Formats: sequence, C-alpha cells, structure tokens
Amino acid sequence: MRGLVIARLVIREAARRRLLLALLLLTLVVIALTGWGFSRIPTITQRGAPLPEVQVKLVASQFLIVTMFMFSFVLAMAAVFVAAPQISGDVESGTALAILSRPIGRAEFVVGKWLGLCALVAIYAGGAAAVELGVVNAVVGYAPPEPLAFIAFVIAEGLVIMTLALLLSTRLSGMVGGVIALVLFGIAWIGGIVGGIGLAFDNAGITHVGTATKLILPTDGLWRGAVYALEPQSVLATGAQAGPASAANPFYAPAAAPLSFELYVVGWVVVVLGLAVYSFHAREP
Amino acid sequence: MSDAAPPAIRTEELAKRYGRITALAGLTMSIPAGDVFGFLGPNGAGKTTAVKLLLGLARPSSGEGWVLGAALSDRDAHRHARRGVGYLPELFRYQHWLSAREVLRVHCQLIGLDRSAWEAEMKDALGIVGLADRADDRVGGYSKGMQQRLGLGVALLGRPALVLLDEPTSALDPVGRHDVREVIRALKARGTTVFLNSHLLTEVEQVCDRVAIVDKGRVIQVGALGELLVTDAVRVRATGLENGGQEAMRAFGALQHEGEWLTVQGITAERVPDLVRAIVERGGRVYAVEPRHETLEDRFLSLLEKPRA
Repeated sequence: MRGLVIARLVIREAARRRLLLALLLLTLVVIALTGWGFSRIPTITQRGAPLPEVQVKLVASQFLIVTMFMFSFVLAMAAVFVAAPQISGDVESGTALAILSRPIGRAEFVVGKWLGLCALVAIYAGGAAAVELGVVNAVVGYAPPEPLAFIAFVIAEGLVIMTLALLLSTRLSGMVGGVIALVLFGIAWIGGIVGGIGLAFDNAGITHVGTATKLILPTDGLWRGAVYALEPQSVLATGAQAGPASAANPFYAPAAAPLSFELYVVGWVVVVLGLAVYSFHAREP
Repeated sequence: MSDAAPPAIRTEELAKRYGRITALAGLTMSIPAGDVFGFLGPNGAGKTTAVKLLLGLARPSSGEGWVLGAALSDRDAHRHARRGVGYLPELFRYQHWLSAREVLRVHCQLIGLDRSAWEAEMKDALGIVGLADRADDRVGGYSKGMQQRLGLGVALLGRPALVLLDEPTSALDPVGRHDVREVIRALKARGTTVFLNSHLLTEVEQVCDRVAIVDKGRVIQVGALGELLVTDAVRVRATGLENGGQEAMRAFGALQHEGEWLTVQGITAERVPDLVRAIVERGGRVYAVEPRHETLEDRFLSLLEKPRA
C-alpha cells in the first residue's frame, strides 16, 4: 500500500528534523525534575513528623495528575504543530504535485499521513508516560491504579486533536489550522469545567454546554478518562464527599468514561478522518 | 512508432474554469506516441492547468482527456496509467531533509517499481541528470539548478512512456539548458513521448516535433513545426533582369531589392518554382534561391497579436 510510504515519510521527517529528539530531550529533563519533586514528598513533615504512608501516596497521586496534565498538554501542542502543516505544507511547497501525480489515491495519501502521525503520537505519549510512571514508582513507590488505561486515554487524546489538525490541514495553512485546533482544544477544556460548574449548581443549560463541547471535540472527556485511571480510591472517596461541585475541578474525574463515550470517540475519529479524505479529494494542489 | 499506436495524450474540448475565470477553454489535441510535443504560450495561458488536468491533479470542468489510453474520468484506470507517466512540476521542492537518493527511492516505491529494480533505476536517473556525485547529500543544500535536475531525474524513473515537463529549464544556466535538451533527445530516441510546457521559444524550436500555441486558455494553433513556420518569403539571387523584368515579379508578392538579391514576400512554397521559371523566361540567370522561414518567435508573436488587436 502506497499509504505506508507516506506514513514512513512522516515518521522519517519527524526524526530527521530533530522533532523527536527535541521532544525526547525536553521530556527527559521534565521527567528528571518531576522525579526529584516526587522524591521530596516523603521528606515533607507535619508538626515535626513525616507524613504517613497514605498521605504520601495521596500527595503523589495529585502531583502525578498535574504532571501528566502538563504532558498531555505538550502532547496536544506537539501533535497539532506536526499535523497542521502536514498536507498544506506539501501543497504549498509543490511536494504534493510530485507525489500525487504518481499512482496514489488521495485517500491513500491522507490516511498514510494519519497513520504516520498516529505512530508519532503513540511513540511519544506511550514512551513519555511509561518512563514518568516508572520514575514515580521508583522514587516514591506509588503506582496509579490503571497505568495502561491512562496511557491509552492520553494517546487517544493526542490522536483526536491530531486528526482534527490534519482535517484543517487539507484546507488551511499550517499556522491557521494549528491556531484553530489549539483554540478548540482550549475551548473543549474550558467546556469541561463549565459543564462541571453546571453540575455543581444543578443547572441543566450550563451542563448541556459542557456535554456539547465534550462531544464536538472529545479531548477533555478523554483527559477525564485519563485522570480517573490515575485516581486511587482515597481520592475518589474524598471527591464523593465533596459532592457534585468537584466535577468542576479539571484535575478530577468522579467516574470512569462510559463505554458509550469511548465508542463515540472511535466514531468521531473515523468521521473526522473521512472528512479529511473528502476535503482533500476536492482540493486541487 | 506505427500509425496504429494510440496517442499518448488526447483531449476533446478539455476545459477548466475557476469561478468566472477560464483557465483552459476547450483544448482539443492528439499527441502521437513517441512525439516531442511543445506546449507553448505566455505566462498565464493555461499551460500548467492543462498539465494538471492530464495528471489528475485537477478535475476538468468539461470535456475529456485520455492519457496513455486511460480516460481522466475513469479514476482507477487513470491512476493505473500514471505508472507510466513521469512529471516535472514547474514550481516544487522535494523533501529537503532527504538525500537525492532517498527522494528517488520514495518515488520508486510510489510508482510501484519492483524492489530489485530500484538501484539500477536510481543509478540511471542520477547519471542522466548528472547528480551521481551528490546523490547522498541532503536536498536542502542543493542549488535551484540541482533541485531542477533532481526533479528531472524523478520524472525519468521507471522508464515512463510519457514524460510531462513543466518549464524544465526555467532555473537552469545555459549548460543546464543544453543538458535538458540532450535528455529530451535521448528520451525521444528511446521512444518516450515528451510533453514540454514552455515559454522559451528557442527551446521548443530545438527539440519539438510538433507544437501547440496557447493563449488565454485557448489553443490558437497546433501543428508540426514545419507547417507552423510557413515559408512566407523567398530570396533569389539573379542577374540579367532589367528593371521591368523585376517589376513583373510583383505578381508573386511584395518585392525588396538588395543588389543582385531580390526578396519576394508573401509567396507560398508552391509558387517558388513558378517564380524561378518566370525569371528565366525573362532572360534572368538564377544563382541562388533561399526560402526564408519565419522564426517561431515571429509566428508566436503574430498569433498572439491577432486576437489582441
């Protein structure tokens, strides 16, 4: 399949242009710094006495969620920066002319780009999350309840925003598409908080706004799924005591993402990728 | 190539409109396999649009075209036929983070060439365009001329039956231009059809068998170079013609005298023998008869001026 030639090109470009190297080095620096931070948690004292084991785990779990939020944000930014100029850049440089005059279909070209980007997102997200979790486990002996589910949700979040950026790339320049994708990502995040506020105040209208943004761009929903996978029972119990108001906290998820939402995300990606193929079919480079 | 071979390119009323702008209006032509065909016109005449339509990069607004026998409207057949087509775009940049050899390898894969043939194909292409020594350098470090050579090499991969070259010498120095002409001649020698888009008349004049002249999205003339460049004047060196005798030649066209030379303008090639006989019958002695061809540039300018007048 010629799409795989395109996919390999995407990966090779990321490697050659030192994108992966830059992300890898920066990520290692962040992991080292946060690792040091985690190692300090057991040294915290309360009225002269060290924190009890349960408290250490609780603080570690919360610090881990915030750290991973930063990772997921970096992942989303990187995915957008890489995906947004993928097709528009090839059209602008004329590279697309040379490639598309070959016996390759537009769908193969777009899907090939997507597959290459999927591999990049999975490699970065999977690798960075696994190393960070390993370091945390090594320095404070804390492991979140569902590390694999967490990695899967973070990868899915990256794939969703990447697929959106690729769709925009079929029509808009990399800069414009990238800005739009990031703004939408921000709106979805705020939408999640707004929906939580609606729940806290039992306001159906505001809750619906939150639900709608979650469906239009399911990144925040996936982030909540990732957060839930990181929450130990003690955190869930505390959250439940706080009542519905805790739903507005972007670093907290009261419940697992329902299967219906997970299936919706799969459908969302298929539809948006289909739109990208359709949009690029009509584009004349 | 025998006459029975299907044309490499055929179009019928092929047109492309962008909103109210007509980029190409009703292109009808047929290019026999093995021809070197020049597609000539000023910038903005619709030359690149025609090439993009033929390659399936743009969709026609109306009309139909066939490339190596596959109709543009039959996407699958056309895609398959593109295995036999090489293309050098006018404005392009290859992946600057790849080496020339890697760019060629990617295109070997995209064409679907057998893996065992890649090395030989790449070596062949690099040799023809003179990049063998720099094949492993990153394309990002190439000059414009070298990029153009690489583009030409990419277009030659897989020994295509048809090569479309869009302004191939625009970035090249005189040596590079000469080399491109040699490549085109070599392609012709091995039976490849070449479609050459150009606004450089001398280039077309030197390598093309047939030419279409396009302007404002319309083909204003198609034909063999010999047919297009009509013999419209003849110079005759003759003695022994008294003034009255020379004046009698006015029946053949407008006259110009330069010593023993007489130029008759507006005479068709068929009437040249009649002119010579008339001179001899009036006692003149003919030493030389030189048909004067119009240059492609003259023809081009006169054709472009007519509709503009």
